Amino acid sequence: MSAEPRDDTQGPRSWTGSLRRLIERDLPIEHLLPDREPAYVGSWVYVFGVVTIAALILTIASGVVLAFFGPQWWHVSPQGHFFNSLHFWSVQMFFVFMVLHLWGQYFGQGWRDGRATTWMVGVVVFLVSIVTAFTGYLSQQNFDSQWIAVNAKDAINATGAGAFFNVLNFGQMYGLHVMLFPILIIVLVGLHVVQVRLRGVVKPPVEDRP
Amino acid sequence: MKRRSLDQKTYYRGVPTAPYDLIKEITLALGVLLVVVLVLSAVLSSPDVPPVTIQSWAKSAPLDFLQTATAELQGSTISADYGPPYNIDADGLDPSDTGASVQTWGPLAPQLWAGVHQPINAPETDVIAPLRLASVGRPGLGAALAQYQAAGTLKEQTWLTNYQKALTKATANGPLVRVPAGAYGPVNVMMQALLADGRAGALDSLLLHSGRFYVTDYTKPLLFLADGGYFPGLAQTQKLTGSQWGMMNETGRYPGQAWLWLYTLWYQIPPYSTAQNADLLVVLTMGLLTTLLLLVPFIPGLRDLPRWLGLHRLVWREHYRLEREARRPGGGGGGSTAR
Repeated sequence: MSAEPRDDTQGPRSWTGSLRRLIERDLPIEHLLPDREPAYVGSWVYVFGVVTIAALILTIASGVVLAFFGPQWWHVSPQGHFFNSLHFWSVQMFFVFMVLHLWGQYFGQGWRDGRATTWMVGVVVFLVSIVTAFTGYLSQQNFDSQWIAVNAKDAINATGAGAFFNVLNFGQMYGLHVMLFPILIIVLVGLHVVQVRLRGVVKPPVEDRP
Repeated sequence: MKRRSLDQKTYYRGVPTAPYDLIKEITLALGVLLVVVLVLSAVLSSPDVPPVTIQSWAKSAPLDFLQTATAELQGSTISADYGPPYNIDADGLDPSDTGASVQTWGPLAPQLWAGVHQPINAPETDVIAPLRLASVGRPGLGAALAQYQAAGTLKEQTWLTNYQKALTKATANGPLVRVPAGAYGPVNVMMQALLADGRAGALDSLLLHSGRFYVTDYTKPLLFLADGGYFPGLAQTQKLTGSQWGMMNETGRYPGQAWLWLYTLWYQIPPYSTAQNADLLVVLTMGLLTTLLLLVPFIPGLRDLPRWLGLHRLVWREHYRLEREARRPGGGGGGSTAR
């Protein structure tokens, strides 16, 4: 009984090789960075997703500066307060355009033709963003933080989550806000974009009217 | 099936395409948004109302401070008999007493499931422990504290009830409070010492004392502040309470967490606005709505609504116009290169 000769024409049979072939087949560079798109992508509705990502970049950049100098800095320094304002308005823009993007995808039924998981990951990004912004409000170390923490604790305690997610614990909220939640958002947004690039932009619904 | 859905060549067959510059688009978006955010920051700034401290409370509303601290000692505040995650059967008198703030929905009481994780024993946490620390070098206070703790529950409660009554006739002169004489044992000595430490700012630190150098958990002082009338009064002035859409508002005229509007809405309308378990009901309602949003692609009716409303015809009107032209006899269609 002689062993079958190995077919090495498709590359080595390793996990790494398999992943590389998968990426080459399903996500070639021209899909990841396309220079042509279907003509219907010229609509303004497609701008919302891109602007949401731009707002996320500004939010993270201003947040990195605030995190570098520490949570007290922006209360005692005009420069710090300005960076806090940049962070604040970037977050507001992020949510405005994310909600517009969400409505745009809803009314365009963006989940069609095998894109349901793309929609679902987008919704999860929205939810994680809400929790991230919430922990940001709790990390401000001012009157708003105090009141939001005291006000919100009852709803969180009512679910039993208050035992592990203590909104009155500044250290826990700050750690979650500057580290874990941003990482989660970046990973999920990355996955969302890859999902879009994998399948391409969904076609407009087939019009049955004459 | 899955393979075919990833095959863009097949999917886009016959679809006209146009040049598209993804990197240019995101760079432009970033540039324009940066200008917008810079202008908003320069013109409108951002809110930063200083936090309330125990010191500012004791100085601005000394009578409210004394009434709250006495109620903590009595175990009659919200945090004293809250339930998990702070305490269970706080007064130790009734094993079935799980806490006045525990919310249930039918047989469901998720608040009880995880138990106590941030223990709060209000008399000890907010009054006795800080006074014990502060009594070093203050023999009068030490003696008052020893007398109080040796008295037994019944006598303590009698003193505290009498003291609360006396406080209703007390007069505040600036940060000082004159309490009429009464049968309240050492309580006035203890409370005046607590007020003095509060005014001096020492109580802010004493409430956080844990024996460790670094502290980041403000559960104890925040619960103490929330039990009083001063802190919620300031929030009311800033239109931040639950009935004032406070979940999404913030100080000043800033947009706050506007994305929480639906969550906040429930607190304004019956039956949520009058329910004892409003928080749990709102969370369950939002949990259900969030699940529906997540599963929109699979829910008949919800997923068809946008098709019936037809807003997509407005978004892609040019695409549909070209399609109609192509369908007309002799129509050649529009667009550029087919992909």
